[in-house]
Amino acid sequence: MTSDTGAHHIVGYAKLAQVWLALLALTALTVLITRLELGGYKVLGALTIACLKSGLVIAFFMHMKYEGRLLRWLLFVALVTLAIFIGLTFFDVLYR
Amino acid sequence: MTTVQPTQPSFWNDTGKTGLAAWIFSTDHKRIGLLYFYSTFGFFLVGVLLGLLLRIELMAPGRTIMGPQTYNALFTVHGVVMIFLFIIPGFQGSFGNLVMPIQIGARDVAFPRLNLFSWWLYIIGAVIIITSLFTGGGPPDTGWTFYVPFSSRTGTNVSLAVFGVFVVGFSSILTGLNFITTIHRLRAEGMTWGRLPLFVWSLYATAWVQVLATPILAITLVLVMAERLLGTGLFDPGRGGDPVMYQHLFWIYSHPAVYIMILPAMGVISDVIPVFSRKPIFGYKMIAFSSIAIAAFGSLVWGHHMFTSGMSDTAILVFSFLTFIVAIPSAIKVFNWVSTLYKGSISLDAPMLFALSFILLFSIGGLSGLILGAAATDVHVHDTHFVVGHFHYVIFGGAGFAFFAAMHYWLPKFYGRRYAEKPAIVAWALMFVGFNVMYFTMQVLGMKGMPRRYYDYLPEFATLNLVATIGSWILVAGLIVMLVNLFRGLFRGEPFVGNPWGGATLEWTTATPPPTENFEEEPVVTHGPYDFRGTGIP
Ligand code: HEM
Ligand SMILES: [Cu+2]
Repeated sequence: MTSDTGAHHIVGYAKLAQVWLALLALTALTVLITRLELGGYKVLGALTIACLKSGLVIAFFMHMKYEGRLLRWLLFVALVTLAIFIGLTFFDVLYR
Repeated sequence: MTTVQPTQPSFWNDTGKTGLAAWIFSTDHKRIGLLYFYSTFGFFLVGVLLGLLLRIELMAPGRTIMGPQTYNALFTVHGVVMIFLFIIPGFQGSFGNLVMPIQIGARDVAFPRLNLFSWWLYIIGAVIIITSLFTGGGPPDTGWTFYVPFSSRTGTNVSLAVFGVFVVGFSSILTGLNFITTIHRLRAEGMTWGRLPLFVWSLYATAWVQVLATPILAITLVLVMAERLLGTGLFDPGRGGDPVMYQHLFWIYSHPAVYIMILPAMGVISDVIPVFSRKPIFGYKMIAFSSIAIAAFGSLVWGHHMFTSGMSDTAILVFSFLTFIVAIPSAIKVFNWVSTLYKGSISLDAPMLFALSFILLFSIGGLSGLILGAAATDVHVHDTHFVVGHFHYVIFGGAGFAFFAAMHYWLPKFYGRRYAEKPAIVAWALMFVGFNVMYFTMQVLGMKGMPRRYYDYLPEFATLNLVATIGSWILVAGLIVMLVNLFRGLFRGEPFVGNPWGGATLEWTTATPPPTENFEEEPVVTHGPYDFRGTGIP
């Protein structure tokens, strides 16, 4: 991997390709999971996979892995908020 | 404190340029504030006109002046205009922009051009919403909540209307970002967090809600458009979708949006009450903290709109409980205001009368909110006029009356002229009486079982509906007196100079009207916002 000084980090092609393959694999998993009989947990599974996927995209394609503390914190706050919002809906979805 | 003799021209005639372009392309926060004020307040007046028509239709049973379809369109447009074009952008855009940078001793907001862009987005969104009324299948008839499945099936122009709301949402997000950055980075020397005026604290809490919650509304509205235009089936049970999920998404934003409306209003009240009681605010820290607490906990209670929508019983329990928790920080504020009044030297000027009636009307609204927040009683009054009465008490009696307080308190500062006091008090009295006659009656009607969103009703509700309609006329009579008096005063009234009410926040230390960069020289803050010892008024 190339690493340079400060502002602009360049991610190598090999790494990008690996991430891409991981994303494809996770997409396949999402499709598979719909075939299983999991009830309400199906949503949980699908969401976990979606989180992993967006985590990869954010870390590598959007460079968050190489950004400064402030930006990471801001993103973290937004994501935690989203997680709480989605989490609370499970009191409905899981017990309906 | 001595009155500053201005050596710099005021922001009204600094550029030497006049005409529309000097305003709609200005990046001065005060000009943008006035742009926002006139556009949002203009929409308020449109909304009032529509509300009046609704009340006239309900004056007597049966068809009075319009049929069901027109009525459905009118209450939808009334709601959309009042919520998305008046009260959500109104406070931050007008008084946030006008006053906040001066109150923290800054020359402008952190991103002045972004600020102008926000106003433009707001106007573009508004134009799109207005266009949606006259194109496609005509004005939307879904109610301002755009609930599926009806919103995905109705032939009216819902797609364009929600797109307009989407655009207005971005304006709100950008204003929020701008204010958060401004409050963090541009405070004058000595303006510590503990010396921020409570209006600024409330704007700060609001800004976080705008930034974190509005994107969820945006995505929800995109999904409604996708449902209509592409038939995605996300909310269609026939295709594995879930209509209740729409309500979750909508209220995840729209309940916190209630705090976008009420928090800045509470900030205004927290600034006005100490000035007119000549006493430092009681419990500064608790009021500041409760703003943050309301913003945080208020974001977790959206499910209380869905008790009768087929949500799980567990969720009903959880959301009902959380709703009762938010009542605590709200009550903290009310008690602190009342404690500030205690043994104060109260002067009943117009801003103070609006602020005092805010406390009463907001409390009625808040307490009736608890009736709706308890699942058992909500089942009885859900979707009746009780709800309509409740939220008008909170957003009109609360946020609206605080908006009027702010108009009387701050606009003279920016115009250098003032309204006459007596007519302002007459106007307030008329509005206060009319308001209660109309909305209290509507709450009683709701208790008796009159549903909302219908153009007709059973004959036994006739008398009370007539009373409510007469209330709306008293209210509007007061509104007209207020408008004429206020604007005639601002343009042709007595000069308003110095610090007649003895406010201790920074806006009262600079020239009236303020110069372009707000202060002759950068202020250094040496005391808190409610320390009245230096204001020269006993
Ligand atoms: C003179 C002033 C006003 C009058 C006469 C008025 C009247 C009404 C009436 C009669 C309804 C109920 C329609 C129905 O359910 O059948 C209504 C609904 C509503 N009003 Fe007002 N109103 C006024 C001011 C306001 C203000 C200041 C706001 C907000 C800032 C507001 C926000 C709403 C909203 C959100 C709805 C619900 C619309 C819906 O059901 O989708 N109104 N109004
Ligand atoms: Cu709510």
